[in-house]
Amino acid sequence: MQPFDVHRGLVVPLDRPNVDTDQIIPKQFLKRIERTGFGDFLFYHWRFRPDGTPDPAFVLNDPAYRGATVLLARENFGSGSSREHAAWALRDYGFRAVLAPSFADIFYNNAVKNGLLPAQLSAEAVDALFARAEDGPYWVTIDLAAQTVALDDGTTYAFRIHPEHRRRLLAGEDDIGVTERYLAAIKAYERTHPLPPLAP
Amino acid sequence: MSHGTIVDKIWADHLVARGEGGMDLLYIDLHLVHEVTSPQAFEGLRLAGRTVRRPDRTIATIDHNVPTDDPFTIDDPIARKQIDVLRENCRAFGIPLFDLDSDRRGIVHIIGPELGLTQPGMTIVCGDSHTSTHGAFGALAFGIGTSEVEHVLATQTLWQAPPRTMKVTIVGRRHPAVTAKDIVLGLIARFGVSFGRGYIFEYAGDVVRAMTMEERMTLCNMSIEAGARAGLVAPDETTFAYLKGRPYAPKGAAWEAAVHRWRALASDPDAEYDAEVTFDVSDLKPVVTWGTHPGMAAPVDGAVPHPDHFADPAERKSVERALAYMDLRPGTKIRDIEIDHVFIGSCTNGRLEDLRAAAAVIRRVGRRVHPRVKRALVVPGSKTVKRQAEAEGLHEVFLQAGFEWREPGCSMCLGMNPDIAPPGARVASTSNRNFEGRQGVGARTHLVSPVMAAYAALFGRFADWEEDAALLSAVGGEHGATV
Ligand code: SF4
Repeated sequence: MQPFDVHRGLVVPLDRPNVDTDQIIPKQFLKRIERTGFGDFLFYHWRFRPDGTPDPAFVLNDPAYRGATVLLARENFGSGSSREHAAWALRDYGFRAVLAPSFADIFYNNAVKNGLLPAQLSAEAVDALFARAEDGPYWVTIDLAAQTVALDDGTTYAFRIHPEHRRRLLAGEDDIGVTERYLAAIKAYERTHPLPPLAP
Repeated sequence: MSHGTIVDKIWADHLVARGEGGMDLLYIDLHLVHEVTSPQAFEGLRLAGRTVRRPDRTIATIDHNVPTDDPFTIDDPIARKQIDVLRENCRAFGIPLFDLDSDRRGIVHIIGPELGLTQPGMTIVCGDSHTSTHGAFGALAFGIGTSEVEHVLATQTLWQAPPRTMKVTIVGRRHPAVTAKDIVLGLIARFGVSFGRGYIFEYAGDVVRAMTMEERMTLCNMSIEAGARAGLVAPDETTFAYLKGRPYAPKGAAWEAAVHRWRALASDPDAEYDAEVTFDVSDLKPVVTWGTHPGMAAPVDGAVPHPDHFADPAERKSVERALAYMDLRPGTKIRDIEIDHVFIGSCTNGRLEDLRAAAAVIRRVGRRVHPRVKRALVVPGSKTVKRQAEAEGLHEVFLQAGFEWREPGCSMCLGMNPDIAPPGARVASTSNRNFEGRQGVGARTHLVSPVMAAYAALFGRFADWEEDAALLSAVGGEHGATV
């Protein structure tokens, strides 16, 4: 997994609450058996009209936001289905971070596991960042160790993240690798809590 | 057994280690796998040269992708590939699979309970958010993403932040026409689609205690739509009676020992919760959603709200968007909303009691599917449900009334198989999500109970028992053919 340290990126504002994973990556793209290539289908039905041409009204299609790597979102981002494809699609498209006042639990975990930073800001900070977007595109610098999002004029907002998630993102560490260090504890648990095979 | 809430007890009993940063490593008792969220996990194992730690505690089924007319004829090459890949992975890693020809196959959250795989006190995970269904048995059950599926396959454990619990007490005098689906939709409409975020629900109160297991499953199933990762009900005599004699349930002396253990799971009277809410169902009517998330709902005798009634500007905007997508005008009576498609099924409402309830409406009303309704699908949740329903003759009731009687699968719940609604079609659906495009691009979903879905099919619009009794005496069976 690609470690996350300090990232400077263009912010694209997606001003909708409760963006669910069905919108992030619609179900017809879940049949692939690979982890990559989902970026082309990100927000598919918002990005593309029924005839397959880009919908100019959708913010990701605004040329001013080409190359954006930071998604600014509203509350309860990533709700609904557990599909990790949502995190894969955001990463594959090029996003490194989502800034929002709150995230749905499963999406949050999936994001961390894929090196996508879910940065939880206060509702006021998110409002201010959306307000700023009305004056045109802007860049931010996200410092994970310091847990800050800074605008170029020096305005800085703090964000929250679980310390262990921060550590794993900073280290780019694979979860299974971490757990394998606990193999002795797993084996000890299995000895004291024997579970018979499932048998009909 | 340790002290506290049922969640505290299950947690303590499955704690393998406390890791850095306050995360807990939990042992997983049962891992359910299906074709859609597992291929990348198995691929990851192979790439890292890892193996499956407990194939004997892992069970796979095929449900999301299968066609429900003929499960063996899969035209979509990518769906076929996903199913083939699951078969190959199960064979390579020694995981039991309920394949297409198995008489135990079905939706993952239906077969777990009905086979007795799901048991009180267990930790259960699956790469599907509605894993919360299994909480009905007093199991700690939640949905996980594909990386977590890979993690559980490799280690039989999962890292979790220590839980926060919310006691959701459901009280009041429940009207006989109000189903478990109405109760959970009512709960979400009252408290919102994210009030459970970060919590595990424990459902309590007289209304929950009086529920059947199937009703409890409907309730726990939709916990995720309130934002909670899991929801559970402490096991009681209803739970034990349901489980006894199921294929995978303990037998003989092991059964007695298990029940003894399970009785101790209930939360202690002085247990502390991080939050509590109480929901009184006394005034609740059957519920119909009008928007694009499950919290946008109204009673059947109500109307579509006006965006101006929402004080919060963000909420107002999302209501406006929802009404535009749903093509509904504010003030429209719920009973005047006309329906094009009906879907009865899914892990929320695809069990035997659900089919019985829908069939009972058809028998009582004595009508055929309304001419306006282009398709009314009944999709049993599993082969077992289908067999039992047919033994009771329910399929005859549906077929004679003009419904289609299908093979088990997720079907129109998410439309990954050929069962989708066309753009603009309005669907009365017993599933769990009314998100934009969930049942087909541009399709408009109204979440309802199986009872309401049956009314919608017969009347071509939403109705309820009181109204339909009056209607029937006034007009008789205008579409002929008594069933
Ligand atoms: S029926 Fe729907 S919610 Fe249930 S497992 Fe299938 S797709 Fe998921």
